[in-house]
Amino acid sequence: MEKDNQFPQWEVFIQIKNGTPHEHAGSVHASDKKMALQNARDIYTRRNEGRSLWVVKTDDIAATSAEEEAEFFDPAEDKIYRTPNFYKMPKGSTNI
Amino acid sequence: MNEEQKLNQFQARIDADEKIEPRDWMPDGYRKTLIRQMSQHAHSEVIGMQPEGNWVLRAPSLRAKKILLAKIQDEGGHGLYLYSATETLGIDRTEMIEQLQQGNAKYSSVFNYPTLNWADIGAIGWLVDGAAIVNQTMLAKCSYGPYSRAMLRICKEEGFHQRQGYEIMGKMMTGTQAQREMAQDAMNRWWWPALMMFGPHDSESAHSQESMKWKIKVESNDKLRQRFVNRTVEQAHHIGLTVPDPLLSYNKETLNWSFGPINWDEFWSIVKGNGPCNEQRMSHHIKYHNEGAWVREAALAFEENLTKKQTVSI
Ligand SMILES: [Fe+2]
Ligand SMILES: [Fe+2]
Repeated sequence: MEKDNQFPQWEVFIQIKNGTPHEHAGSVHASDKKMALQNARDIYTRRNEGRSLWVVKTDDIAATSAEEEAEFFDPAEDKIYRTPNFYKMPKGSTNI
Repeated sequence: MNEEQKLNQFQARIDADEKIEPRDWMPDGYRKTLIRQMSQHAHSEVIGMQPEGNWVLRAPSLRAKKILLAKIQDEGGHGLYLYSATETLGIDRTEMIEQLQQGNAKYSSVFNYPTLNWADIGAIGWLVDGAAIVNQTMLAKCSYGPYSRAMLRICKEEGFHQRQGYEIMGKMMTGTQAQREMAQDAMNRWWWPALMMFGPHDSESAHSQESMKWKIKVESNDKLRQRFVNRTVEQAHHIGLTVPDPLLSYNKETLNWSFGPINWDEFWSIVKGNGPCNEQRMSHHIKYHNEGAWVREAALAFEENLTKKQTVSI
């Protein structure tokens, strides 16, 4: 028997309400974009959990890995002068 | 880092209640246990649609039919969330379905019992989904991120499943003598299988210790079973149902309902494939899976055409 085809995998992002970011919800299998959106609707928003959906093929996502986490993010580590608390304000100053 | 250091670091993360994500390092045993448990869970959701599907065309009212359809659709959805969460561990859905159909992966034994009358739909929602909720609420705290998130989503949906089942039982218990008998009959047949859903006693459970250490499970089978019994016995009494256990009694010291011995021979015999519906469940799954093959082929051919024409638009 030929190997069964379950279609490519897509990642699903849902915007729950207006003004909020699209957040990852899970994935679906679908043969094309339209089917991916319809499957995502049926699987992840059966109770009005979303007002907008994005789908993107899983293979098209680039991601960092846990192994390279330290090395990848460490350029940000020694730059605390990027945060407001690094600075000493003149004594007695207010609203700043 | 060598293996041992990695293992120690991994255990430290688990002990600190961190979630493990798909791209993080994990021991082989952790990955394998999760794949086994999560795929089994996914298969259970999917196979679990069959006993309930048996009553869609015979539901006693349009309201009941709509509710049952919505519940079954939810179970299909649970199966799909769980397949996708399992795929993050590096196995694909095709392979999981193959394992199920070839008998190399299991699903919950409770779905190998038949649904003989309408009250069975009530008993399944109330008892089987009720037991599943106790288990899944625990699993929502498990250490693997995608599994834990899938459980949170599923638990939100299960509430309605249990309530619609209890509503059916409650209604039948205020009905005619014949209806009350049907409800009690369903109770008698589903009570023990629901208790078995929590798996063997802690002393007999093969994978428990490691699973607890890795926080794949955070509470033991017996503890969860007791929680379910305590909740459910009172609900049964409230609507006038008798729990089919002559040894059932309330223990004032432990504040638990203690119950009689579970028939583990029956449990293991069903796990091994000798339940009343094992064969039917699997042949049904294989039949409809194969009959859908042309739809999948057509969808792929359609997609190829779209790509050729480069007119993909929604
Ligand atoms: Fe479910
Ligand atoms: Fe359910």
